[in-house]
Amino acid sequence: MEENGKVLEMRNICKSFPGVKALQNVSLTVYEGRVHALVGENGAGKSTLMKILSGVYEVDAGEIVFKGKSLKHQDIKEIMDLGIAMIHQELSPLENMTIAENLFLGKEPSLKIGCFVDFKAMHKNARRMLEDMGLSYDPARKMRSLSIADMQLIEITKAIHRGASLIIMDEPTSAITSNEIKTLFEHIRKLKEQGTAIVYISHKFDEIFEIADDVTVLRDGQYICSGEIKDYTEADLIARMVGRKIDNYYPKEQAKIGETVLKVKNLNRNGAFRDISFEVKKGEIVGIFGLVGAGRTEVLRAIFGLDEFDSGEIELCGQKIKKLTTDYMIRQGVAMVSEDRRTYGIIPRRSVEENITLTFLKKFMNGVFTSRKKENAVVKEMIQELLIKTPDEDALIQNLSGGNQQKVVLAKWLLGDLKVLMLDEPTRGIDVGAKSEIYRIISQLAGKGVSVIMVSSELPEILGMSDRIIVMHEKTIVGELNVTTATQEGIMTMATGGRYYG
Amino acid sequence: MDKHRKLSFSEFYVKYGTLFIFIVIFVIAAILNNRFLTVNNITNILRQNTVYAILAFGATFVIILGHINVSYGTVAALAGCVAAMVARNTGSMTLAVLAAVAVGLTAGVINGFFVTKFQVPAFIVTLAMQSMAQGFVFLFTNAKPITGLPDTFKIAGQGTIGFIPVPVIIMILFFGFSWVLLNKTKYGRYVYAVGGNINAAQVSGIRTKNIVRLAFIFDGILTGIAGVILMSRINSGYPSAGEGYEFDAITAVVVGGTSLSGGIGTMTGTFVGALIVGIINNILNLMNVNTYWQYAVRGFIILIAVVADILSKGINKRNN
Repeated sequence: MEENGKVLEMRNICKSFPGVKALQNVSLTVYEGRVHALVGENGAGKSTLMKILSGVYEVDAGEIVFKGKSLKHQDIKEIMDLGIAMIHQELSPLENMTIAENLFLGKEPSLKIGCFVDFKAMHKNARRMLEDMGLSYDPARKMRSLSIADMQLIEITKAIHRGASLIIMDEPTSAITSNEIKTLFEHIRKLKEQGTAIVYISHKFDEIFEIADDVTVLRDGQYICSGEIKDYTEADLIARMVGRKIDNYYPKEQAKIGETVLKVKNLNRNGAFRDISFEVKKGEIVGIFGLVGAGRTEVLRAIFGLDEFDSGEIELCGQKIKKLTTDYMIRQGVAMVSEDRRTYGIIPRRSVEENITLTFLKKFMNGVFTSRKKENAVVKEMIQELLIKTPDEDALIQNLSGGNQQKVVLAKWLLGDLKVLMLDEPTRGIDVGAKSEIYRIISQLAGKGVSVIMVSSELPEILGMSDRIIVMHEKTIVGELNVTTATQEGIMTMATGGRYYG
Repeated sequence: MDKHRKLSFSEFYVKYGTLFIFIVIFVIAAILNNRFLTVNNITNILRQNTVYAILAFGATFVIILGHINVSYGTVAALAGCVAAMVARNTGSMTLAVLAAVAVGLTAGVINGFFVTKFQVPAFIVTLAMQSMAQGFVFLFTNAKPITGLPDTFKIAGQGTIGFIPVPVIIMILFFGFSWVLLNKTKYGRYVYAVGGNINAAQVSGIRTKNIVRLAFIFDGILTGIAGVILMSRINSGYPSAGEGYEFDAITAVVVGGTSLSGGIGTMTGTFVGALIVGIINNILNLMNVNTYWQYAVRGFIILIAVVADILSKGINKRNN
């Protein structure tokens, strides 16, 4: 790579959040007129790095040089004004406003009397901007009538016309069709010709190899390698993305695997997942791996009755479930622990005790009245058994650490007659010590005959804990692997849409 | 964590704030006017308190759930006038009370239905209910007071047992019932869970919509009872008697420490909150403060109470 034409240089960037080192000495160099692909697993630090660049987070250490100027403490608006634009994965246009209004948001041309918007000039300029991009929309059209790809193009138009010389695209193709991807790529090529630099974050290797010039791989918040894309193959990239050591950190014991407990047949939900069929046996831990957006969480939610599905069947212990509600599933011994603990796990301003007994409160009654005494006895036992670190059972759960909150959520389900436990990213945002304790609990449960479905984005966790691994890609199951023969590379290849048989 | 560390301001406010405010206002009132601390006056405060205190007990459930009800005044008036009409025509107080409860319950069912089924904001649903009940009460009474009621109609609002006013006894009974419901039953626990985090409650297997519906129904029944006491105090069915009661009821709940954003609040707090509102109204009257100034003062109080709630939460966040 040539030294000149350097647009951006990020050197030895470090960033920590409480309990996690999100980035350690990460470097990234982006050149004029080139597309730089940033790849890595979920949680590798790509988004954090880009949030630092776009001014959302401040760095702990390291240096950012943009067009020869060192950046420090700039906020989001200042960064934008310098010419760095970010197109977010989840777009946030003002849908009830027009295209023109979105394009000029915050920079509306004004009439002579300052506070009035000059709509005529705004529409005229908007039309010119759209024509420059080869787009033929009426600037007066409402944003909500556009497809996601169109909205993306509007965002890109906005970025260019605000003089962005570096555009960050965070998984721009995650929600658009292949035709729309083609259009997007044409525009990216045009931008390259004009000298705009692009950072392109994606999980899709075919796209990366088609559009990118350079690539940087991150893993667990660390810089792994960087270079021209032509020097790499897909297998090289995957190996560098996943190459993590699996040690004896997973206390998985082989449980006795019995008959089928849960059977899912041809489950479909438009836009969320399709043709989902799998089964889980007594005492078995089935890992579901997939990248963000693969449809894993949606499948769990549907099985748990939180979302409806369009077609398909679910059988529990050989019985077809006719009317599936969350309430019914819980009574049948099915439980789900969400990846989003704050939204779906805890009642933050209530006590540890109330959070634990919430679901099976009927077990702690004296007639129609709740019995604190009965609750107390069982909750104290739970706190000891699961090693929940809390001053006492009356402490507010919001004051506990993430790992201990997660143990409380698990404890809640352990009070019932648990048959199937569905875990969605059970160790997200949890420190290492608490992680291994949660693995121990899961393993013990399987040992007692509970069927466990564990959705995870962490390959070592999937390989360390599962008996069987289901891989999802683009809203469907692309394969099932036996844990003894599966490899990190193999799983990642399948999850990114490649072919692999393990 | 050290259990015996000093209480921070926000913890102090959350735990004892209402009681502290009560004592301060009580002392100020006693100093300001020497007629305040008489048995007669205190009994009077309690008696005047009963209507919005009973409304506030129901409102506590609704507000802990993160909803609101602004229809108390007119629904209570409608229920009270229906009770008066039934009492006059049948002579039976039992039937009168049952009719009032039926009116309140119906309003509660409707409120709960629209809030849960169509996810209409409770403020809008109950605002509509306020107007509908207003319309019905005037249609039904021809905007004229219902008079000529049997003597038994007076008991609920004006009677005494020993030296204790009957309405105060009724209030205390409903306070006890509400307290037990909120603190000692599954239902009460679910109310806190749904108000604290509706998603987590749903994932925990709680039928969140039923919890909300039931709260509006209980709230409606209490509104019916409050309506009977309201009319009994003036021994007639007076169609505009309930005016402004929603304001005192909500103020009592909020001053009592229940958060308008849901999940937090106690029945005891509401009780003390109602006493605070009662003392403030009383002292303003004793001091001969202009009625219009009283409105202004009450508006200011609810604003201060809500700001205090928000501040206490903000401080909590920073502590974490």
